Amino acid sequence: MNTTLRSAPIIEPQPLAEVGKHTPLNSIARLLLYAVLILCSFLFLAPFAWLISNSLKDASHAFDPNWIPRPIEWSNYARIFEEVPLLLMARNSIIVAFLGVVAVVISSSMIAYGLSRLHFPGRNLVFILVLGTMMLPGAVTMVPVYLIWKQLGLVNTFGPLWLGNLFGSSFYIFMLRQFFTGIPQDLIDAARVDGASYYGIYWRIMLPLSRSALLAVVIFEFQAKWNDFMGPLIYIQNPNLRTLPLGLQLFVEHMGYGQFHWELLFAASVLVTLPMIILFFVAQKQFIQGIATTGIKG
Amino acid sequence: MHSESERTITPAPIPSARRPQTSAGRRRWLNGLRWNEETRAGLVFVSPFLFGFIVFTAIPLIASLYFSFTAYDVLNPPVWIGLDNYQRMLTDERFSKTLFNTLYFVVLHVPTAIPISLTLALMLNARIRGLGIWRTIFYLPQVTPAIAVGILWLRILSPQNGLLNQGLALIGINGPAWTIDADWVKPALVIMKSWSLGWIVIVLLAALQQVPKDLYEASIVDGANSLQRFRFVTLPMISNVIFFTFVMLTIFSLNIFTEPLVMFPPQVFGGQMGPQDSALFYVLYLFDQAFRNFRMGYASALAWVLFLVTIVIVTVQTIVSRRLVYTENN
Repeated sequence: MNTTLRSAPIIEPQPLAEVGKHTPLNSIARLLLYAVLILCSFLFLAPFAWLISNSLKDASHAFDPNWIPRPIEWSNYARIFEEVPLLLMARNSIIVAFLGVVAVVISSSMIAYGLSRLHFPGRNLVFILVLGTMMLPGAVTMVPVYLIWKQLGLVNTFGPLWLGNLFGSSFYIFMLRQFFTGIPQDLIDAARVDGASYYGIYWRIMLPLSRSALLAVVIFEFQAKWNDFMGPLIYIQNPNLRTLPLGLQLFVEHMGYGQFHWELLFAASVLVTLPMIILFFVAQKQFIQGIATTGIKG
Repeated sequence: MHSESERTITPAPIPSARRPQTSAGRRRWLNGLRWNEETRAGLVFVSPFLFGFIVFTAIPLIASLYFSFTAYDVLNPPVWIGLDNYQRMLTDERFSKTLFNTLYFVVLHVPTAIPISLTLALMLNARIRGLGIWRTIFYLPQVTPAIAVGILWLRILSPQNGLLNQGLALIGINGPAWTIDADWVKPALVIMKSWSLGWIVIVLLAALQQVPKDLYEASIVDGANSLQRFRFVTLPMISNVIFFTFVMLTIFSLNIFTEPLVMFPPQVFGGQMGPQDSALFYVLYLFDQAFRNFRMGYASALAWVLFLVTIVIVTVQTIVSRRLVYTENN
């Protein structure tokens, strides 16, 4: 839930106004602005630098305050694979994320098409329900939903972690609905004249024209599944089915607070975070491309 | 895109939910339940949501209300005990602790995070060079998995050579024992959470970029200075988006879970969440009752109280924001 919202507004169907033409700042104010921005950037980036620096420290120097580790212990990254079955956990995370992404893209885009382009009685009520579930904390329904999966015999399988995606996710429905609304009616009318059904319009017009928005959903959901902690914590006990966040948490507990191997924990954290950062940069490119083609200045 | 008249309309709680219904839509509404091809297709397309809503939202919501009046340990059938679970909350010290912790965290976090994000968004909106790079920097913490955030910040906040206290020492402040002193645990978590407010910045920036230029031009012609432009043009135009982020951040903060669980595991603090249960947040307690103690009935009662608290807070925020938006329009 957390990851889904943050990203929703990135896709803006309407053209954005050119940035800030109305604020002619004088050069001193501008200099000050950049100084503040650089300071803020430093505050935001310092934890990352610290994370990497500490992941390379020798165990006996783990608490040294220096930023440049001496000696630089690259072997931490090899050792972490010996301590935790990182590859197995990564495989599990990827399976869950893949299934979840495929399910949520298909279902959410269908629902969003129905809510944006088709008129039927009760449509507004359905949309209100979508907004309502967006605001409903998952914790409220946690117990009965667990009992449902238990009843279906799916506890301790990947099922509860992704099957719910088959029914759409309100944030993506909301976001795609906004996007679909921006697609010109002329295209749809033309397709109707050519004899396309509503299903054909969804498949041949809406989906191909919304590639950037759908890609955004793919990326956000992959991220959400990769980061999901509560789901695996509730549903997965089998060690062979642990995803990365669950495995890392157990690693934290296993290491015990007294003899924490910070350097290994940090190395593991870097490895778990890195794919998400790479994914974000890939998405950033797509995002900028998307706004460039629609003539928006990023 | 935005007409003059639109400014006088009180913005609905959710931005863009106020798309006016087309005349065609209205006509079809008047036709009532005509079972035509479009109606059928529409229902087919939204049917996955309706099924999911009934099975995974509506029924669980009602079921958890029922369970909240029972004692239920999963192994044996639920036993009706009336209001006992709710009565129990009144005397449960850990419950009042968790409620206090959570509300305290929300009150500390939400009103600070929104102004910080707005400031960052305003700076990014000031025709600066390399917008993409700045935006990336502020968004990056957001893509970091919560589990890694927890591990990283446990060390940053450490009184023993932690990054934060090192930084504070640079400006001559002797930092507190963030993760050990019960009084400082929640401010510590607020600082940690303020690191990942990138999504609010992005949302507010998008809203700022959509404020029509001609409004600014008109205000400049009218002789408004930049502060007045912010107060009388920018703020009213993005007030509904600010409200949206305010509500969502409140809901997220009420549900904080992963980071405190990683940072303050009960194994370390003698069964408590952090020093003197200072990191025992609502959903952590609910989870603990449901899946560690198998008190599904009590957990369901906790869930319903959370549900009601959420509704009350969102309603109050809606009422307050309507007032604010109203005065701005006058």
